[in-house]
Amino acid sequence: MAPEPPLLTMSGITKSFPGVRALDGVDLDVQTGEVHCLLGQNGAGKSTLIKVLAGAHQPDDGMITWRGEQVILRSPIAAMRLGIATIYQELDLVEHLSVAENVYLGHEPTTAGFVVRGKDAKASTAALLKRLGHSEVDPARLVGDLSAAQQQIVSMARALSHDVRLIVMDEPSAALDPDEVDNLFRIVGDLTAEGVAVVYISHRLEEIRRIGDRVTVLKDGRAVAGGLPAKSTPTREVVALMTGRNVEYVFPERPTHQALPDPVLEVQGLARDGEFASLDLTLRPGEIVGLAGLVGSGRSEILETIYGARKPSTGQVLVDGKRLKPGSVRAAVRAGLGLAPEERKAQALLMLESVTRNVSVSSMSRFSYGGWLDRSAERNAAQKATRELSLRPDNPSALVRTLSGGNQQKAVLARWLLRGCRVLLLDEPTRGVDVGARAELYAVIRRLADEGLAVLMVSSEVPEVLGLADRVLVLREGRVVHTAPAQELDEHRVLDLVMEGSPAS
Amino acid sequence: MTQPVSPPRDEIPKLSPQVEPSPWRAVVARADVRTLSLLGVLAALILIGGITKPDEFLDTRNLQLVLTQASVIGVVTVGMTFVIISGGIDLSVGAIVALASVWATTVATQDFGFVGIFFTAVIVGVGCGLVNGVLIAYGTMVPFIATLAMLASARGLALQITDGNTQVVTVDGILDLGERDSYVLGVPPLVMVFAVVTIIGWLVLNRTTFGRRTVAVGGNAEAARLAGIDVRRQRLYLYLLSGLCCGIAAFLLIILSGSGQNTNGNLYELDAIAAAIIGGTLLTGGRGTIVGSVLGVLIFTTITNIFALNNLQSDVQQIAKGAIIVAAVLVQRRTASTT
Repeated sequence: MAPEPPLLTMSGITKSFPGVRALDGVDLDVQTGEVHCLLGQNGAGKSTLIKVLAGAHQPDDGMITWRGEQVILRSPIAAMRLGIATIYQELDLVEHLSVAENVYLGHEPTTAGFVVRGKDAKASTAALLKRLGHSEVDPARLVGDLSAAQQQIVSMARALSHDVRLIVMDEPSAALDPDEVDNLFRIVGDLTAEGVAVVYISHRLEEIRRIGDRVTVLKDGRAVAGGLPAKSTPTREVVALMTGRNVEYVFPERPTHQALPDPVLEVQGLARDGEFASLDLTLRPGEIVGLAGLVGSGRSEILETIYGARKPSTGQVLVDGKRLKPGSVRAAVRAGLGLAPEERKAQALLMLESVTRNVSVSSMSRFSYGGWLDRSAERNAAQKATRELSLRPDNPSALVRTLSGGNQQKAVLARWLLRGCRVLLLDEPTRGVDVGARAELYAVIRRLADEGLAVLMVSSEVPEVLGLADRVLVLREGRVVHTAPAQELDEHRVLDLVMEGSPAS
Repeated sequence: MTQPVSPPRDEIPKLSPQVEPSPWRAVVARADVRTLSLLGVLAALILIGGITKPDEFLDTRNLQLVLTQASVIGVVTVGMTFVIISGGIDLSVGAIVALASVWATTVATQDFGFVGIFFTAVIVGVGCGLVNGVLIAYGTMVPFIATLAMLASARGLALQITDGNTQVVTVDGILDLGERDSYVLGVPPLVMVFAVVTIIGWLVLNRTTFGRRTVAVGGNAEAARLAGIDVRRQRLYLYLLSGLCCGIAAFLLIILSGSGQNTNGNLYELDAIAAAIIGGTLLTGGRGTIVGSVLGVLIFTTITNIFALNNLQSDVQQIAKGAIIVAAVLVQRRTASTT
């Protein structure tokens, strides 16, 4: 350790959201001029931690020391004033403003306090862009016309337009081509040479090896290792730190299938440009197939394309050997597909409505005669479906927004059960579901499969895929890199595959 | 249709069914805090009218007049309520009423008599709604813009047809419907049409798949789409419905005024939106009631009447309307956050 005090020390940072403890006493220290990498699986608490550091979230407990003095980061502006800048994964630029206007948004150089000196802003923006090695970007251009990589440069220029001492980068390489990544690394090198510290978040171990000085690993809201040497810590050890779990989920037992019936769903060469490449898949009644992969590996896009919510570039989806009309949700639903989407509140639920109406929305024609609803039949059928899934409370008129995450998910499943669907597509089925309620949901999904449904599920939680699915497809950047029965895989192996792309021994 | 795959199982514990609250109590507890408060406002207005002008306001003829005036805008508001519940807006209703009323009263149309006038009004209304609906549902235009364009075009076309002249109706039988002789048990035929439209609107919204889909599309269009609802077709139907209501309203206006004018239905869009909003319809969609909207219409019409009887100018009237809209929204936000 350097003798001088660290640039930043965060100690015992705790942050809870309703139902989740996102951070549980996390420590992090960053030295002047180092690249400190943050590693962890989805949901480990990385984004919450950097939001605390950016002043966007207030910690419930813990202390932040900046250059030897204790500070409270009340707002993003407060953090910015100290010299902490954050570049988020979703770039927060205003597309309809120019590059220079974006860089100086909120702290425009002014005369007499309100007249913006546009020329000065453009000149200093040009200087910043040159420093970043992108002098070809015109400060007068609209940000919306730039490529993703160029937009990222603009974000960085904005960070540097403040007197910045620490830059937080949230998966900066995710949207970049390899040569753009090289330029990014050069910039990171230049910044650290000038004494600026970088907190770097990435899923890609090879990047961390190339530019990182030290690594802190987060898992389930805790820092399980702080300040490991980035270049010399073995991959196996890092993966073990990321995956070692305190919570053991109980997964239902797999039935021993003698001979499965003919496939109900066949996906042939399905692809969408820029999202995922040629996917082949067959799904038989009674089977659960899992897609494992990181955020951005194209998992949700695959499910939504099979479901017809997105139009494929090539390829086709067959149900019972019959080709589905591409890009038509209605055709998919009619053929017996059902989707429980990742963003339940935004994509599945009618939040102002009752459980009954949420469950019956896909089967209304069954309870209607010439458009006239038989409301008691509707209610009884909906209640039968929700009781089968033991949705609580057992009250069909309860408003769906008053239910817990797990019961909201059951309402979505009940919708497809009532509809009589035969292929269930589950996107992150336990997102936002309490740990305690997950085992029950797993049991429900397995039971539905035993009763003859075919299930295709996607999850960023590898143990969930391995524990629940019969067969697993491992995805990396939109491609299937490995297919195997779930029993033949373990978590390390899958993480090696999704991060490094090559099967490790 | 395939039957649900899974029969009930015993492994999963079941809760004993709870005692259901009676639907009547649920009605009183939830939706009708709002309806009751609207009824309260209406009662207060009637009281004010009765105190300030006891002889004139409570006179049967005056009450018949208030209800008749409410009928035209009321029919428009029922259609508007559906559109707003679906998350849309229809700014063109006043212009469609104008266009339908002048098209239905041209000399050529009047040759076809009573039936010709009625069907022309309805077809013109539905036709305009069709254009709105196609532009919004399949042309993915923002409803505000599409119906604003229709507002401008329909008014322009109405002016072109009439050349600014009032087209007097000469067909026998039409004007009689506005006369006292045609009242049934003291109820003017126009008011009966309004009542029928209201009842049908209520039934469609609350008892049919069409109403359910409307609410679903307005509450969460993406969820509705992923649940297998044809969101675009539903949107098209909703603007057709609004156009249909405008056609009917235009026919009522022809009966009421005995003529067709290009200035008919002026600012109906604002009155209809305001009535729906104070009736509790969310401008963002997903929630609203026909009863609330109709009460909103009655409140506005009653205010207009009281102000006119007291010889107050329309400027004061406009200010009062604005204040009521603000007050109603503030009160509703309060009740929404406490329940």
